[in-house]
Amino acid sequence: MNASTAEIEKDLFISNKVDLFAGHDYYKIDDLLDEEHKMARDAVRDWVKKEVSPIIEGYAQAAKCPVHLFKGLANVGAFGPTIPTAYGGGGMDEISYGLIMQELERGDSGIRSMASVQGSLVMYPIYKFGSEEQRRKYLPGLGSGDLIGCFGLTEPDHGSNPSGMLTKIVEDGDDVILNGSKMWITNSPLADIAVVWAKDEKGIIKGIIVEKGMPGFSAPEIKGKWSLRASITGELVFENVRVPKANILPNVQGLKGPLSCLSKARYGIAWGAIGAALDCYDSALRYSIEREQFGRPIGGFQLTQKKLAEMITEITKAQLLAWRLGTLANKGEASPAQISMAKRNNVNMAIEIAREARQIHGGMGITSEYSIMRHIMNLESVITYEGTHDIHLLITGMDITGINAFQ
Amino acid sequence: MKLLVCISKTPDTTAKIAFNGENTKLETAGITFIMNPYDEWYALVKAIEIQEKWGGSVSVLHVGPSENDAIIRKALAIGATDAHRIDTEAVSADQVAFQMASFIQQHAFDIIFTGKETIDYNGAEVGGRMAAQLNLPFISFASHLDIVTENEAIVKRDMEGGTETIQVNTPFVISAAKGMAEQRIPNMKGIMTAKSKPLNVVTPQEYSPKISIVSHELPPAKKAVQYIDPENMAELARLLREEAKVI
Ligand SMILES: Cc1cc2nc3c(=O)[nH]c(=O)nc-3n(C[C@H](O)[C@H](O)[C@H](O)COP(=O)(O)OP(=O)(O)OC[C@H]3O[C@@H](n4cnc5c(N)ncnc54)[C@H](O)[C@@H]3O)c2cc1C
Repeated sequence: MNASTAEIEKDLFISNKVDLFAGHDYYKIDDLLDEEHKMARDAVRDWVKKEVSPIIEGYAQAAKCPVHLFKGLANVGAFGPTIPTAYGGGGMDEISYGLIMQELERGDSGIRSMASVQGSLVMYPIYKFGSEEQRRKYLPGLGSGDLIGCFGLTEPDHGSNPSGMLTKIVEDGDDVILNGSKMWITNSPLADIAVVWAKDEKGIIKGIIVEKGMPGFSAPEIKGKWSLRASITGELVFENVRVPKANILPNVQGLKGPLSCLSKARYGIAWGAIGAALDCYDSALRYSIEREQFGRPIGGFQLTQKKLAEMITEITKAQLLAWRLGTLANKGEASPAQISMAKRNNVNMAIEIAREARQIHGGMGITSEYSIMRHIMNLESVITYEGTHDIHLLITGMDITGINAFQ
Repeated sequence: MKLLVCISKTPDTTAKIAFNGENTKLETAGITFIMNPYDEWYALVKAIEIQEKWGGSVSVLHVGPSENDAIIRKALAIGATDAHRIDTEAVSADQVAFQMASFIQQHAFDIIFTGKETIDYNGAEVGGRMAAQLNLPFISFASHLDIVTENEAIVKRDMEGGTETIQVNTPFVISAAKGMAEQRIPNMKGIMTAKSKPLNVVTPQEYSPKISIVSHELPPAKKAVQYIDPENMAELARLLREEAKVI
């Protein structure tokens, strides 16, 4: 990671194509937004056009993480927008947070993942469940991008069922000894700290902050992803890692710790997915008007219009769902099951729009000249992580029937 | 130093321009308005850079109704200290310059910035007209500005084939061109603090218009690109001669 950005980018595909993206607001949902919301969205959109769009295809193709963007994301204020400013956050509301995620994912789901993990899965639990000392120690550095964080819940044998986790801590004087391993951890090979969920001797799930360099702790990279290629993913391996008890998050225990973080991140994904869908729709709409076959624009054919009309219909529904969820979240009333519904619906909406948009672009849609194929591949992760598509359906099922269909 | 940046509102660069039935007014439905890029990217950012180094304040000044407040808030989010809005519709360069100069006369600013031009009407008039009314030096199309002392600056203007370097004492009026600074995107912190920065509403002065717009005409639509077989040079020559009439 010592090479300069210029050196890294020397061999990468850097696009000189202008990012022409324009937002789409068929139902004038902007009228429901405050000035602050629109300003936040437009600022992040401008930032993405300037910093992400020109380089993202190159990094994704090369399966490299644009590490320099951690600082950029921090400067624009994408880490922990809802956390109070006194702790390095933005002091904004949930709708601004959602719109920031939408714009980042419009650029790339991997870039949005970098921000989701840092803000919602690392800063949020430290803010919400940490001691004042832990907050003071870690939050400003995480907010400014000087520290990179990751979130370790999933294990090789426990994905959808995190309560079965095997990673454990055993007390030893003022410390605990941590053993186990975590899998599929976004940012882990780069991370300075990891918020890790592990069971104590009584089998109670606790959150613990593990720092890079603690003996016995390693974070190897998982290679060969065909999705989120610009986001780095790895394992967390703990072999008798001695961690001070002071690093345990004092104010939470049990599965509700990690699940409340996931609610926060899933909420952001429900908005983020709209961004990916908007980018695909925007590109498809423009292409369908410019591209002519049989002597007329392909956008003039009924089959293309059906695709485009259904896309904007689904995007509009997703926007309304997200906006309503945001107003509930602002009042502290968005339930985890409501968040599940929005995450599931909106990510699925985005993946279907991406596939249709790919077809509208014909062969061009296969290349990195357009963002579509990258969005399709990215969304395959997004539909799996933070609760799979089916798991969210079961959450809704359990919520409406009162019967648990998981086990 | 006390710095003032005059900001105006223009249609977004990608907006599709149309006029009303009589061709006298821009059709605003469906158009996104932005802060004029020369004002935002160069004038405002340069003023903020000077303030960061020399201290003082950066005020922004706008002529327009309250629906334009979003643009003013953006300037505050980027880093301006406070804002003044002269509460009247902007109708001509003469009127805008008159209103702003009348306001400036009652305050003491060291440097008054405008953008080199607005990207809609491209008149590049406001700075010069203000300077005339204020009886201040005016430097147009400046691409570099270095503050030497609080009372003195060195300005560069890019000209056809070269540059001109100018020494000037404060106070002066300057119009900012590309090169003076680099665009700053507001961050979330700036957006949040902008909400509590002062935005004063100023009552306009009496003004009677000296000109009125008779009509606007759009340029003729661009013709589609014509492809000519590389083997068929004779056809290319014929088209250049008979249709394009360039040879
Ligand atoms: C790129 C990427 C980044 C990630 N980042 C992180 C991270 O930062 N931190 C972290 O902790 N995790 C992370 N994850 C892990 C992710 O959350 C898990 O992959 C996800 O929870 C699914 O777990 P699994 O892969 O073990 O699949 P499994 O749980 O094995 O699921 C396989 C299939 O079985 C289905 N299934 C499982 N149980 C049931 C049931 N009861 N009823 C019906 N169907 C069921 C699932 O829906 C799925 O289709 C990441 C994953 C990816 C791909």
